[in-house]
Amino acid sequence: MSAKTWLPLLALAALTGCRQDMHDPPRYRAQGSSDFFSDGRVNRPVVEGTVARGQLRADTKFYQGREGGEFVKTLPVELTKDLVKRGQERYNIYCSPCHGMVGDGEGMVVQRGFRHPPSFHLERMRELPVGHYYDVITNGFGAMSSYASRIPVKDRWAIVAYVRALQLSQNATMQDVPEAERGKLSQEGRQ
Amino acid sequence: MSQIFHPSANTIAKVSIFGAIFFAGGLLVILNEVNRSPYVTRVGVAREQPVPFSHKHHVGGIGIDCRYCHTAVETSSAAGIPPTETCMSCHSQIWADSPMLEPVRASFRTDRSIEWTRVHDLPGFVYFDHSIHLKKGVGCVTCHGRVDQMPLMYQQNTLNMEWCLDCHRAPEKYVRPREEVFRMDYRPQESQQVIGARLVKEYKIRKLTDCSVCHR
Repeated sequence: MSAKTWLPLLALAALTGCRQDMHDPPRYRAQGSSDFFSDGRVNRPVVEGTVARGQLRADTKFYQGREGGEFVKTLPVELTKDLVKRGQERYNIYCSPCHGMVGDGEGMVVQRGFRHPPSFHLERMRELPVGHYYDVITNGFGAMSSYASRIPVKDRWAIVAYVRALQLSQNATMQDVPEAERGKLSQEGRQ
Repeated sequence: MSQIFHPSANTIAKVSIFGAIFFAGGLLVILNEVNRSPYVTRVGVAREQPVPFSHKHHVGGIGIDCRYCHTAVETSSAAGIPPTETCMSCHSQIWADSPMLEPVRASFRTDRSIEWTRVHDLPGFVYFDHSIHLKKGVGCVTCHGRVDQMPLMYQQNTLNMEWCLDCHRAPEKYVRPREEVFRMDYRPQESQQVIGARLVKEYKIRKLTDCSVCHR
């Protein structure tokens, strides 16, 4: 091959080497922007009324916290220690900014000026059925927006279980503590 | 016919051949330096955003958990940029008239997304999944730095391949207990060597360095 042939080829190769096509391939990435769709989003909203296979959500107790229009009074999921622990973790992430770590409504966001939510330890709050708490997480209430898009259904029930645990914790007496644990508790209290 | 080359041409020729090696070498060094400089990697360069969102204020000041906004990080490859609805959970009442937050309110009114400038942008030929890194004990801070001290978001690390491999070759140097993954100020209780070695065994962390792990 003479220099006349390979020199332009080399120049061409050198030029193509500078392109970044593989860095930014012509495909959509999550939450990117698009010129094709009128709202400019890559992520497409689900068409209203869509029911995916196996997601009919016919179980109103689990998905709506209601049975025959009334709020359920007992958890539609099995109450386990793991559930409450999960609830504690999720509560601290999503709820504590306003409701506070112990549920008194003195969270950081409230201290910065958000409307004070009622303490979970008020008599009327303790009497509310669990279904009500689930409904508030799902649909929002007053100044509180819906958390349905942020917290999956099972986690919402875990949070409800933990709110109940919080309510118990602030109104517990020595009689609520198992006898075997009482000694340990008063010992820790002295420290 | 007179001489075309002066006798000094001999020296010039020798020096230029010798010099060319240094010149080429120097060029490579410069290229390398440029490639690793913040000009290319964007390390430490705060980006302009439609709203000057401060992680320092929200995470460091108020103590909001990463997952309050980045809800998908535990279950998905992408951590997720929060929808405007998430901002409005608080800003419907707090700083509700601030002109700085007008783009947020406009987005909420018109249902048009806020177009943030992406800070951590991996090339399209790299596969990456947030959820598995969290499950194996890689803290947010390990890659993203102390975001609770960043008024405006910037890249703490290069995201270069050698940087990825640094951990993939020796994960015991970086992993932490799963419960501490979201902690900003985590310090290992014992030496990282001891903790790291134990966690690598406990979480069954493999040294994934095959090309096809990330380039699939």
